[in-house]
Amino acid sequence: MPSFDTIVIGAGPNGLAAAHRLASRGDRVLVLERGTTPGGGAAGAEFAPGFAAMPLAHLSYNLDARVARTMDLPRHGLRWANANLATTALSATGAHLRLEGPLGLTLTGEVSDRDRAAWAGLRARLLRFAGVLAPLRGMTPPRLAKGVGNPMGQLAKIALRARMMGADEFRELGRIFLTNVHDLLDDELETPLLKGALALDATLGIWLGPRSPNSVLPWLDRLAGATDGAQAALGLPMGGMATLGAAMARAAEAAGATIRCNAAVAQILTDGDTVQGLRLADGEELSAARIVSSLAPKTTLLSLVGARHLDAGQTTRARHLKTRGGAAKLHLALSAAPDFRGAALGDRLVIAGSEHAVERAFNPAKYGRTPQAPVMEIVIPTVHDPTLAPAGQHILSAIVQYAPPAPADPDAARTAMLDASLRVLEDHAPGIGALILKAEMLMPHDIETRWGLPGGNWHAGELSVEQMLFLRPLPGLSQYQGPIKGLWLASAGCHPGGGVSGTAGWNAALAMERAGK
Amino acid sequence: MTDLRHYQTPLRQTPFHPRTSAANRLHAWAPWAGYATVQTYDDLAMEHSAIRNAATLYDLCPMIKYRIEGTDAAACLNRLTVRDADRLAVGGVHYTVWCDDAGHLIDDGTLFRLAPDRYRLCCQERHLPWLLDSAFGFDVRITDETGEIAALALQGPTSAVVLRAAGFDIDTLKPFRMAEFPFAGGHLTISRTGFTGDLGYELWTTPDLALPLWDSLTDAGALYGLRPVGSEALNIARLEAGFIIAGQDFTPAPHCLREDRLRSPLEMGLGWLIDWDKGQFTGRRALLRQRERGPHWAFVGLEIEGNVAAEGAILYHNRKTEIGVITGACWSPTLKTSIALAQVKARHAKGGNLWAEIYALRELHYARMMMPARVVARPFFNPTRKRQTPPGKL
Repeated sequence: MPSFDTIVIGAGPNGLAAAHRLASRGDRVLVLERGTTPGGGAAGAEFAPGFAAMPLAHLSYNLDARVARTMDLPRHGLRWANANLATTALSATGAHLRLEGPLGLTLTGEVSDRDRAAWAGLRARLLRFAGVLAPLRGMTPPRLAKGVGNPMGQLAKIALRARMMGADEFRELGRIFLTNVHDLLDDELETPLLKGALALDATLGIWLGPRSPNSVLPWLDRLAGATDGAQAALGLPMGGMATLGAAMARAAEAAGATIRCNAAVAQILTDGDTVQGLRLADGEELSAARIVSSLAPKTTLLSLVGARHLDAGQTTRARHLKTRGGAAKLHLALSAAPDFRGAALGDRLVIAGSEHAVERAFNPAKYGRTPQAPVMEIVIPTVHDPTLAPAGQHILSAIVQYAPPAPADPDAARTAMLDASLRVLEDHAPGIGALILKAEMLMPHDIETRWGLPGGNWHAGELSVEQMLFLRPLPGLSQYQGPIKGLWLASAGCHPGGGVSGTAGWNAALAMERAGK
Repeated sequence: MTDLRHYQTPLRQTPFHPRTSAANRLHAWAPWAGYATVQTYDDLAMEHSAIRNAATLYDLCPMIKYRIEGTDAAACLNRLTVRDADRLAVGGVHYTVWCDDAGHLIDDGTLFRLAPDRYRLCCQERHLPWLLDSAFGFDVRITDETGEIAALALQGPTSAVVLRAAGFDIDTLKPFRMAEFPFAGGHLTISRTGFTGDLGYELWTTPDLALPLWDSLTDAGALYGLRPVGSEALNIARLEAGFIIAGQDFTPAPHCLREDRLRSPLEMGLGWLIDWDKGQFTGRRALLRQRERGPHWAFVGLEIEGNVAAEGAILYHNRKTEIGVITGACWSPTLKTSIALAQVKARHAKGGNLWAEIYALRELHYARMMMPARVVARPFFNPTRKRQTPPGKL
């Protein structure tokens, strides 16, 4: 039986980050990937012949600086087409609002002076709070147990930094920490287009609407991310996000890891107490003293390990892990550039007329239905890199919210979601319908099938306050160490969550080093 | 239509109720798992004496019974309980316990293997949700069959004779084995099991045959001193046998509000049950850790000087340091000594300089006694007749 020091399951950003770190330190590392290309959410899948394969993620917002630096991603092909992408909040009448710089540093468009001032204050505050919390992302979460090696020093430093903001700001952080995005925006702002763009930004990829309690916290977490050193800046790699996934894979290989694609893992093998290796779907068995699963914890625990090797209570908690995804992914192959009433096509385009439009799009999804007027974040990567499509043609990639994660009739829901999305697009870019050569709508259940994310949830487990920090993915498993000796969890479903960041994988590798071999 | 007056009869009646109520001269009823059960029919001393000297009938119907069936039944029970359910032969019975993830006791009970893929689990507490949670990932069906089975314990030195007289050939039936018999147009299962630590049997049939069974045994036992007994007499017998009861000798984990009241099998003297080599069972990893660092508590049998039952007494080392509590105690009529079961701090498991603080209420004044307590082996009472096959002909 072929034997390795460490086998990493899943060649997504977390698996690759962990593999890189372990291989760099001398481990014989094998990375097993079910798909045909490494990259996970940053690995593309072809949707139209002649057009580039589109990954699940189309922008970078929280690539871990430690990962990018140590893996030396630029050397392996990562170039930013734009490391600080502007956002245009689209108006159906052409009265767009442009937000330039990280989190809308400057606003261009119809905004009152009062709102400009209010936004400047709120923006600074959000970035400050997110910055204070940011170091938590790079830590192993503390546990509510004795003698588990909690990083008390680091925690004290974060608490101190929060307190050093001053009494007023510290109080304000406490006030908004667990509140909702709608109320937060409503307290300060009045411009619907601005509030809509921010409400969508806050709720991208999470199963919360702007009015859902605790929706501010995941937004702060999102804003803790950075691109090329700039907090809250959005990055678009040259060649699209698939380039980032490919660069991570090349870096891991350069560090000595072996990546094997088309290798689905069926079962993690244990002798009851310690992992022995694993069995692939085709029956091949591989042995390793350490298995690092970057798959969703729910999948790892219930499918790869299996209930009979776990305690019953833990199994039940894993079953109850919430993994609803509300973000669908739309890919259009276009015969020519669309016209969003004059909007700059290289921007990140947002269709969310107001904060209410975002909430209204969430309402039907809660009950398993598709919205009439979905909200969306659009990127046209071909504007930045024309080689991704045949000459003069374009790819439109959109995250469309909210899609029901488990509709009664999946195919009908997909059709309804596509129709509604195209209607909304037509309203904002008249004539776009006639340009469509090929349309692909990926519902959460399609995302689950293609990328293996339960419920189609980006974070491999909902990112919400009751599933964060020491509760992520489950109480007792928050420090990356799995329930069986030698098994480690290094997934977006672990702290601090998803995105093409590699943070969870890096944190997990650090935890393995601390634990020793 | 739903009967909306259920609250007027909060306690259900067992299939034996027409007979037990007729014999219950004291009308001493107590609730047990939602059923009315007899505490004492007429005379506690006579009832206990019958358990040790003749034969007795005890209505077992309220005991919780789960049917666990399916191709994964053995695997599921192996993951649920600490013993190896796969090694239990068809027709066999074993005593077992099960724990939560942290290795804390949920309940104890007896497991009957009725067929290769069908078991019955009998226990004190209801926990179908836990069983169903534990069944996830296994091809198994779990049903609460408490109400579908009429169960009767026939215990005492003449119990085998009574069964023979009633026409059941149980001569070859060994302890912890069961056998099927045709009865009154239906079926009767007889297992050589019980809660008295004596020669005895448990009889399992359908509710419609409950009264014919009672009558047939009563007729057959008339010359062998057969009489019904209540829970109080049984409690004395089980203490003499050193058996524990969930909720009395330990607090089941799901009921525990205080972290330090949780007990593991290792702390309840049940470590011998655990099959460490059979693979995963819920709580295994936590119990391995506890075994490594040593449990904090131990469970012991005590003999206490004097003749006052030490129920609920606090235990002291050297008369002053509190080191445990008595969870069950009685004056044993069989052994003529005061016996007790107790939780003690692990370092006092071997005893030595232990004292029980007993409060005896005497005409509205408490007499406080500090009595020496000696750790002794359980069972306190362990007659050879309970093991003999064929059973002796008394």
